[in-house]
Amino acid sequence: MNGLDTRKTSAMLYLDGVHVSFDGFHAINNLSMTIAPGEMRAIIGPNGAGKTTMMDIITGKTKPDSGDVLFDGITDLTRLDETQIAELGIGRKFQKPTVFESQTVEDNLLLALNVDHRVRTTLFWQDSRADAERIDQVLETIRLTGARRRLAGSLSHGQKQWLEIGMLLAQDPKLLLVDEPVAGMTDVETHQTAELLKTINRDKTVVVVEHDMTFVRELGVRVTCLHEGSVLAEGTIDQVSANERVIEVYLGR
Amino acid sequence: MTSHFLTRSLDRSATIFLAIVAAVGVLLPLFNLLLPDTSMLHVPTYLMTLFGKYVCYAVLALSIDLIWGYCGILSLGHGAFFALGGYAMGMYLMRQIGTRGVYADPVLPDFMVFLNWKSLPWYWQGFDMFWFAALMVVLVPGLLAFCFGWLAFRSRVTGVYLSIITQAMTYALLLGFFRNDFGFGGNNGLTDFKDILGFNVQAEGTRAALFALSCLALAISFLICRAVVGSKLGKVLIAIRDAESRTRFLGYRVESYKLFVFTLSACIAGVAGALYVPQVGIINPGEFAPGNSIEAVIWVAVGGRGTLIGAALGAIVVNYAKTVFTSGVLAPYWLFMLGALFVLVTLLLPKGIIGTWNAWWESRKATGISEDADSAAFEDGAVKPHMAE
Repeated sequence: MNGLDTRKTSAMLYLDGVHVSFDGFHAINNLSMTIAPGEMRAIIGPNGAGKTTMMDIITGKTKPDSGDVLFDGITDLTRLDETQIAELGIGRKFQKPTVFESQTVEDNLLLALNVDHRVRTTLFWQDSRADAERIDQVLETIRLTGARRRLAGSLSHGQKQWLEIGMLLAQDPKLLLVDEPVAGMTDVETHQTAELLKTINRDKTVVVVEHDMTFVRELGVRVTCLHEGSVLAEGTIDQVSANERVIEVYLGR
Repeated sequence: MTSHFLTRSLDRSATIFLAIVAAVGVLLPLFNLLLPDTSMLHVPTYLMTLFGKYVCYAVLALSIDLIWGYCGILSLGHGAFFALGGYAMGMYLMRQIGTRGVYADPVLPDFMVFLNWKSLPWYWQGFDMFWFAALMVVLVPGLLAFCFGWLAFRSRVTGVYLSIITQAMTYALLLGFFRNDFGFGGNNGLTDFKDILGFNVQAEGTRAALFALSCLALAISFLICRAVVGSKLGKVLIAIRDAESRTRFLGYRVESYKLFVFTLSACIAGVAGALYVPQVGIINPGEFAPGNSIEAVIWVAVGGRGTLIGAALGAIVVNYAKTVFTSGVLAPYWLFMLGALFVLVTLLLPKGIIGTWNAWWESRKATGISEDADSAAFEDGAVKPHMAE
């Protein structure tokens, strides 16, 4: 198969020797990581470890100084911009919940739907049964059916986080990057979010950046700890949290 | 539920707005033409022309609101597109003068004869035909906006930086049009118009028709803007305004959307300028002055950004106030009053007149709904917390 020959790796996401520096500060330093298709990976690490910068590189917001970033084995992400990367099937949830506050919950999802995004088709867009069903389905998943006509700005913090995850689902990406999904959530909401992500992981690859160790433990997936822009430790949550260096720089004694 | 009420009430206010524009557009010219001077309801021609000018400003304000209110693009140079539309119309009107000019040259406008030019420059060709001039009224501002926007939006120039370069754009045009060898009458601009489509520009009937046409342009521009902001594209524009990079990560090519709406807006501004010129009888480089564009933004802010109707209303209210105050003892203080108005609106009515009214109306409706919902819930024995919003 020719298609397979061109693939350099079987990984969904492949980072190798990535470097980024801002004004001499090495935000990402020889970062290498592989995420397999269908995997869910949790990324932990102290502030400034480069977690968000890594997300910026994958989504095209920041260009690395050197190194390879491959998506689905063939696509070089460093050559594409945000829009192209989004169209490829990489969705991102920001650290600070970013929803369109002055629009309704269902309009937020409508905007996120994975459809033709060109100007002309959008201008003459007609509401369709298929869109409505997709939106209903996502609303059900993120438990916001009752709030569909509310303005997104009037939602609680936790609901906004879910809406943003819902927008990711509506985008129907192959890979979801989720930055601190449970920041500021109550324990119940945190638990529900873990369940939600596990459901999503049934058919999508997920990368979660999170500080909340209880939440990471609940996810029960492979964990990577970043420190000073490179991988410090990788393994199960028990292996990583037993690692001397991880305890020293991140978890504390 | 709230959103349904919102759209319904907005649709109703849009209908009311259009009905008022239509009524004014028909009745004012009729009162001017048919009623005798002695009648209480007679509208003097000067007043109708004055209001015609305001209506053109209202169209300009709509075009600014479309990009600023809905897409967050603050253009401080929109007067340039207005003036270019005006110049295109002015060139047609100049070519209609023919041998009635001071130098009686059948082809060359007076200022070209005065400058000793022997033939018409290439860019004046075709302007003797109305259809061509009408096309240029839309095309020239549109093309400039397209080129300007293509460069600016692709380089992701946003916010205050974009505002500054739009100011620079209109200022550069101001300096260019001031030059005699630029070929647009220099300092004096284009004036002394005689005919439009064979009708005398000064005649009462023509003025009435121009007024009615300005109202028609306002209605059509309003409908176009409403259709754009009411479409899914309108939702994308608001998304860009509120969270540009989020919109990019959803897979929208933000620069294409901005370019589309910016170009459309410039075309509408061009039409406004074209209707303005035959009514005021002159177009000169002063129309490119950066201050004019800023003033137009103030109209939109006063009326209510992102409401369309507010923009039109703001243009008329502020300009009426300007006419009243600049013709009295307060004339020297007008600019201070305009500045104070802007500051006060920003501090006290950040949503503008219509925006504040809408918010008040919605909150009144919402309390009504939640009372209804509470009583309904009480009867059902079920509480719906979401409804209480």
